[in-house]
Amino acid sequence: MAGQLREYRRRIRSVQSTKKITKAMELIAASRIAKARARVAAARPYAEEITRVIEAVASQTTISHPLTTEHAQATRAAVVVITSDRGLAGGYSSNALKRTNELIELLRSEGKSVELHVVGRKGVGYYRFRDRAIDGEYTGFSEQPSYGDAKSVADALISSFVAATEDGGVDEIHVVHTEYVSALTQTPVARRLLPMVLTETDQPPAGGPLPQYEFEPSAEAVLDALLPRYVESRLYAAMLESAASESAARQRAMKSATDNAEDLARSYTRLANRARQDAITQEISEIVGGANALASAS
Amino acid sequence: MPIRVAIVSPEQEVWSGDADMVVARTTDGDLGVLPGHVPLLGVLVPGGTVRIKTGGREIAAEVDGGFISVTRQGVSILAETATLNG
Repeated sequence: MAGQLREYRRRIRSVQSTKKITKAMELIAASRIAKARARVAAARPYAEEITRVIEAVASQTTISHPLTTEHAQATRAAVVVITSDRGLAGGYSSNALKRTNELIELLRSEGKSVELHVVGRKGVGYYRFRDRAIDGEYTGFSEQPSYGDAKSVADALISSFVAATEDGGVDEIHVVHTEYVSALTQTPVARRLLPMVLTETDQPPAGGPLPQYEFEPSAEAVLDALLPRYVESRLYAAMLESAASESAARQRAMKSATDNAEDLARSYTRLANRARQDAITQEISEIVGGANALASAS
Repeated sequence: MPIRVAIVSPEQEVWSGDADMVVARTTDGDLGVLPGHVPLLGVLVPGGTVRIKTGGREIAAEVDGGFISVTRQGVSILAETATLNG
């Protein structure tokens, strides 16, 4: 009896210390969401300006540049998937990986071979376990990516993009990241990064019609210089967005873990109380029984 | 009539405000932008300095790996890294 009570008390203590950890993780994740969202907002002016400039250049020049021209027969595509470094974030990484596998299937059905670049330890572990060749892995910054991190990924991508197809170069670059819709909803999305998807509409673009630019030194040189900046800025934006989503997913997962720990502690407390009461009741009945036996014996 | 100038790096907007003149060095040479300049897109030299003259004051920014984009709405300087000097 007393043994059972001791066992319940031990479990209550263990659940409560787990709860402390999950609660702390929940709070950290919550503050990181806000930080990541602020960085997304801070990065927006640059990303928008770069995109606007490229659209302006592409809409008025007839030059064929890899940045905007679709490859007639694309045979190789690079896929970048952004996952987290750590677990305990619900379905965050596995959702992104599921979306990636769909994309890879699609590219394969179009007859393209796929070069895989993985950001985040979870993704690396996932593909390594399945014996899938990984062409580039980048880890250690999923929660707080810096522009330098985005640049290191972009450098690898650009060098295989500009390489000839025969030398293992790729014709397309796709990115899978997780979009932060709200604190409750994060959706994994796949986008083509290169060649750029230009929207051709008759509507004047936001912020007035695109200006007729003059170029210094030339349109080609400007596009050449823009290519890496564009890839970097888009990757950086995708990483920040994913970092916000990761923290949101983790916060939610940790919140339900904390709630669950509370429920467990409550039901164990009930069981422990009952076990204690049972022990007391039994002790009393033993004493009364003993006293009665003595009284009837004398 | 001042021109609207913004210096933006990928991580944040470094500076923005109204200016009378912007001087930057592109790969073709120094370029001064006054209000009403034709739209232009230039590649800046690496490690160059952009000077912004505003109301008798001059603001200098170290800009690395960037572009200058001049439109009717204003001037944007897109830099990989940008730091203001004083």
